Amino acid sequence: MSILVNKDTKLIVQGFTGSQGTFHSEQCIAYGTNIVGGVTPGRGGETHLDRPVFNTCGDAVRETGANATMIYVPAPFAADAILEAADAGIKTIICITEHIPVMDMLRVRAALDDSDSVLIGPNCPGVITPGECKIGIMPAHIHQEGKIGIVSRSGTLTYEAVFQTTHNGLGQSTCVGIGGDPIHGLDFTDVLEMFENDPQTAGVVMVGEIGGTAEEEAAEYIKAHMKKPVVAYIAGVTAPPGKRMGHAGAIISGGKGTADDKFEALEAAGVATVRSTAEIGSKMEEILG
Amino acid sequence: MNVHEYQAKEIFARYGVPAGEGKVARSADEAIEVAKSLGGERWVVKAQVHAGGRGKAGGVKICDSVDDVRQAASDLIGGELKTQQTGDTGLPIHAVYVEKPADIESELYLSVLVDRATRRVTFIASPEGGVDIEEVADKTPERITQVAIHPAAGFQAYQAREIGFFLGLDKKQVGEFVKVMKGLYEMFVECDASLVEINPLVTTKQGGLIALDGKLNFDDNALFRHKEFADMRDMTQENEREAKAAEHDLNYIQLDGNIGCMVNGAGLAMGTMDLVKLHGGEPANFLDVGGGATTERVTEAFKLITAGEGVKAILVNIFGGIVRCDLIAEGIITAAKDVGIEVPVVVRLEGTNAEAGRKLLDESDFDLIAAQDLTDAAKKVVAEARG
Repeated sequence: MSILVNKDTKLIVQGFTGSQGTFHSEQCIAYGTNIVGGVTPGRGGETHLDRPVFNTCGDAVRETGANATMIYVPAPFAADAILEAADAGIKTIICITEHIPVMDMLRVRAALDDSDSVLIGPNCPGVITPGECKIGIMPAHIHQEGKIGIVSRSGTLTYEAVFQTTHNGLGQSTCVGIGGDPIHGLDFTDVLEMFENDPQTAGVVMVGEIGGTAEEEAAEYIKAHMKKPVVAYIAGVTAPPGKRMGHAGAIISGGKGTADDKFEALEAAGVATVRSTAEIGSKMEEILG
Repeated sequence: MNVHEYQAKEIFARYGVPAGEGKVARSADEAIEVAKSLGGERWVVKAQVHAGGRGKAGGVKICDSVDDVRQAASDLIGGELKTQQTGDTGLPIHAVYVEKPADIESELYLSVLVDRATRRVTFIASPEGGVDIEEVADKTPERITQVAIHPAAGFQAYQAREIGFFLGLDKKQVGEFVKVMKGLYEMFVECDASLVEINPLVTTKQGGLIALDGKLNFDDNALFRHKEFADMRDMTQENEREAKAAEHDLNYIQLDGNIGCMVNGAGLAMGTMDLVKLHGGEPANFLDVGGGATTERVTEAFKLITAGEGVKAILVNIFGGIVRCDLIAEGIITAAKDVGIEVPVVVRLEGTNAEAGRKLLDESDFDLIAAQDLTDAAKKVVAEARG
């Protein structure tokens, strides 16, 4: 078992024929992900990477039975792409695109709340179930099938946690990058719940960062509902207040959302925290024995 | 992206948000012209800089004659303003805003932002205007209220009435306030704002409402569809190196320490700074070179870092994902030579072909220190910075 994606996932790619879409689709196919086609408006009927191209998501779903999509559409058109996927009935929508306007994401989230599609991202590395299905831009070879669930707001910090848990032999069940934007799809709490219910997952690594209150909410959830061990790291202890650190979401406003606040909330909930990114893997190893 | 008060007030006016009578002036002569065209016997001359706390810092002057206006404008324009928000490096003043004074009865606070927890555009209001709102939130939180707007339903008049009566406005003023909030909401959404702050919003003795000050920030990611606002950008109000970084698509923030950091990915960049601190060092900057980490970008990044005085050592931390580490290592060596770096450079490379990358670093004739892992890298760079 795993969460969100597995060997049965039938994936389409929106923005399939663009340079990013092409490059990363090739990588995913090489990993064994079942990409059944792609969408590029106006190029329906063509073949790309030996797979059919469709004009619309609706066509792609009807023809291929796709149940997941990976979006590389440029930011100005990405909100439209997400909503098109949801309207076509695709259950798992993974949006890699960064720099989508906040106002677009407000509307997208409100619309998705009325659908049964889940959104991962935007501005995220994607989702991977090692050995089964890679959807996104993460480097495949650092992953290893195993028992740790990883959920993170940051791409490269996810790779760091993956690398360490591969190195010490624990491996990963599924890794989910929820994205660094202020308004996004699945949150820590949603993914933690999935990991708690996933038999393959023995422990969870959660990588957060400054800004917002998602980590504090996760702390409450963990305290009330989780039996599996959680190791947490929060980036941004040294961040000066009011400055943006790359991710639009990582802004400390009004004294809320500092790394110290988050560490405190997580520790109060009984979560094992590490102050060094380098100790994520070893902490988990220590806990699981 | 931030704009000046005079620009914010121009946009306010388009949405029916009363912002008083005034105009921008770029010289003392222009200031006098503006004062004369506004009429009256009293004017306020305000320094136009991207920072709050201007009043306390001497950036706002009340003038009782045209001569006073000339004096105030020539004192301010060409000078620098240091406020609580700017820190020790002041901001240059290239313009002033000359306006008619309001007949103030009371000062209120009103702001609009996106609340990420509720995922709604949210108004925050308080009858305690003209003061530091963080302090109000801290000491008398019951004096602050907020209301969230549903993106599908949009702004509703009752939401403004609720806030208006909370602020202690009378029936007529509440009617005006509904228009103000409606205009602000439309402006926020249409203009892709990320923050609007009016502190203070004043009630006048004549019973009206006026936005006496105006702070307006735009969502950088949406500027592609607002060329007019993108053109309002005033680079003189931004940190020179941060602005230069933005030109090269590098994400850079200057800090006070002596250890330069170059990292790929925003999260890992923060994580690296934290690690430097954890091992007793002080980061000189935040710098995300992005996923590519090409020779060109690494070169620009080295230039930015070494432009800062007091950088004693540099830590390069790259997690090579899709891009191979040996290619990144070549880029680092070339860039370090081109830029002519004179301080020790510690490099931690991990990911695809990391071993080959480390070998290249070790064998290069440029003196780079290859680290075995993250912790080793942090310890080495802290030791190098201490000398």
